[in-house]
Amino acid sequence: MRDIAVVSAAQHQQKALTHTTEVELMVPLINEARGAVGLTQDDIGFTCSGSSDFLAGQAFSFVHTLDAVGAVPPISESHVEMDGAWALYEAWVKLQIGGVDTALVYSYGKSSPGSLRDVLSTQLDPYYLGPLWPDAFALAALQARIMLESGAVSEQRLAEIAVRSLNGAADNPRAVRSSAEATIDSILAEAPIADPLRPSDCAASADGGVAVVLAAGDRARELCERPAWIKGIDHRIDPHQPGVRDLTRAPSAQVAAAQAGAGDDRLDAAELAAPFTTQEHILELELGLGADTAVNANGGALAGHTMMAAGLMRIADAAAHIHDERADRVLGHAASGLYLQQNLVCVMEGE
Amino acid sequence: MSTDPSVPPAALAGEVRLPEKLADVEPVRSVRTPIRLEYDFIPGDASSGYLNAFADRKILGQRSPVDGAVFVPPRGVDPRHGAATPDYVELPDTGHVGGFCVTRLPIPGRDDLEIPYVSAWIHLDGADIGFLGLVGGIDTSEVRMGMRVRAVWKPDDQLGRTAENILYWEPSGEPDVPVTAAGTNAWHAKQVAKEQG
Repeated sequence: MRDIAVVSAAQHQQKALTHTTEVELMVPLINEARGAVGLTQDDIGFTCSGSSDFLAGQAFSFVHTLDAVGAVPPISESHVEMDGAWALYEAWVKLQIGGVDTALVYSYGKSSPGSLRDVLSTQLDPYYLGPLWPDAFALAALQARIMLESGAVSEQRLAEIAVRSLNGAADNPRAVRSSAEATIDSILAEAPIADPLRPSDCAASADGGVAVVLAAGDRARELCERPAWIKGIDHRIDPHQPGVRDLTRAPSAQVAAAQAGAGDDRLDAAELAAPFTTQEHILELELGLGADTAVNANGGALAGHTMMAAGLMRIADAAAHIHDERADRVLGHAASGLYLQQNLVCVMEGE
Repeated sequence: MSTDPSVPPAALAGEVRLPEKLADVEPVRSVRTPIRLEYDFIPGDASSGYLNAFADRKILGQRSPVDGAVFVPPRGVDPRHGAATPDYVELPDTGHVGGFCVTRLPIPGRDDLEIPYVSAWIHLDGADIGFLGLVGGIDTSEVRMGMRVRAVWKPDDQLGRTAENILYWEPSGEPDVPVTAAGTNAWHAKQVAKEQG
């Protein structure tokens, strides 16, 4: 296996991008991520992106966004209709195969032009669930009810997770929801929006984008003082039909973590892309995170969830802990689908 | 394979085996699950500038910071280099036909178009790429690459923030641009000239 590392990243996230197209969003981010390590597109061996046309309501919208990359002369490029974390996985595989030493990975999501809680219904099967148009909060509330009634979690615990995000996000400029004053009592006093879920249980929806540069071996050492070496990366999937699943669990997250070697050593920090407090609780258990791991120190996805980019943003956040020498071993997580159906775990280390 | 929507696909045309208690019910051969989602279109900075200018009978492009190439309509970026293009350029409403197509079939939603009609890549004077427009005021059989054209605008009191302000492009009567220098040929000729210094 080749040693591959995250060597730079650039992110932007805000409540709603009302005057900016996806292309205009990504031009500065891609240039910032490449520029931080002194690269231009000519130096990039492979480019891969993740996004969803259902957010823009426009077929092949991702092709427009290639304008932000600079694809002349023609580049080696690919796209996944997934969170950008899966684009990073594809780029990692490409680098493992060899022949290229650098890769640009980016993803973005601008859900504000549509109604995300309805758009998400289109990821359900088209025969049985899709035609019912259950909204995303209602579906998450069904899971929350099962978890609470079965004793898999308590309201107190969910409130603790909400407070951790709100407090942690207080100094994070990319967070769209934060509060230094939030307490468990203030969370429990919130009126539910999809009973039993309270507003602070549901991730704050955001628009944004992220660009990441990967490099292999000595190239990574040249470009970055302290590369975030990817020591393990894996993604797994649970069944699509929620009726066949135990909704208090996410076995695919557990397997992905084991395959990525998450538990092989102490983890200093973990960045989780859970869109609900209930799912963040499930992930902490499935990933085996203990009290010595700082989880979502800057508020995580709950403080600002950019659909299709939340996972790659978590990997970028996790890598930043290494780059800034705040941590030696970290975990970045991405999820996709209903009820954490798909999970990706990326374990990174500094030297 | 049949393209008739009333004929079920071969896979569904055979016998459907049902549990006994459902023996007498009509088999489901297909389901319709309509999808409807509404979006607000957000044109962004570059397209907003372009559309707003149309209300003043102006056509705006943007200039590449890399080599000065002018793009219309502007998209905020030089797609060859991924470089932001903050500088607008006002372009004239004259140019030439870079390429064209005579269409003899109606298209849904455009009952206003008389068949046959001509759609063309209009290369504005001063722009380095073409953009799409209708050609009118001339018999379709006489349209040609390199033909000089000018915009026919809606009356001033009907102008909106839309490219629909230009009804069509009509011949200006000026001499044609040679085909070798028309449309994208002009672009390539320019690149070759540049490379040869």
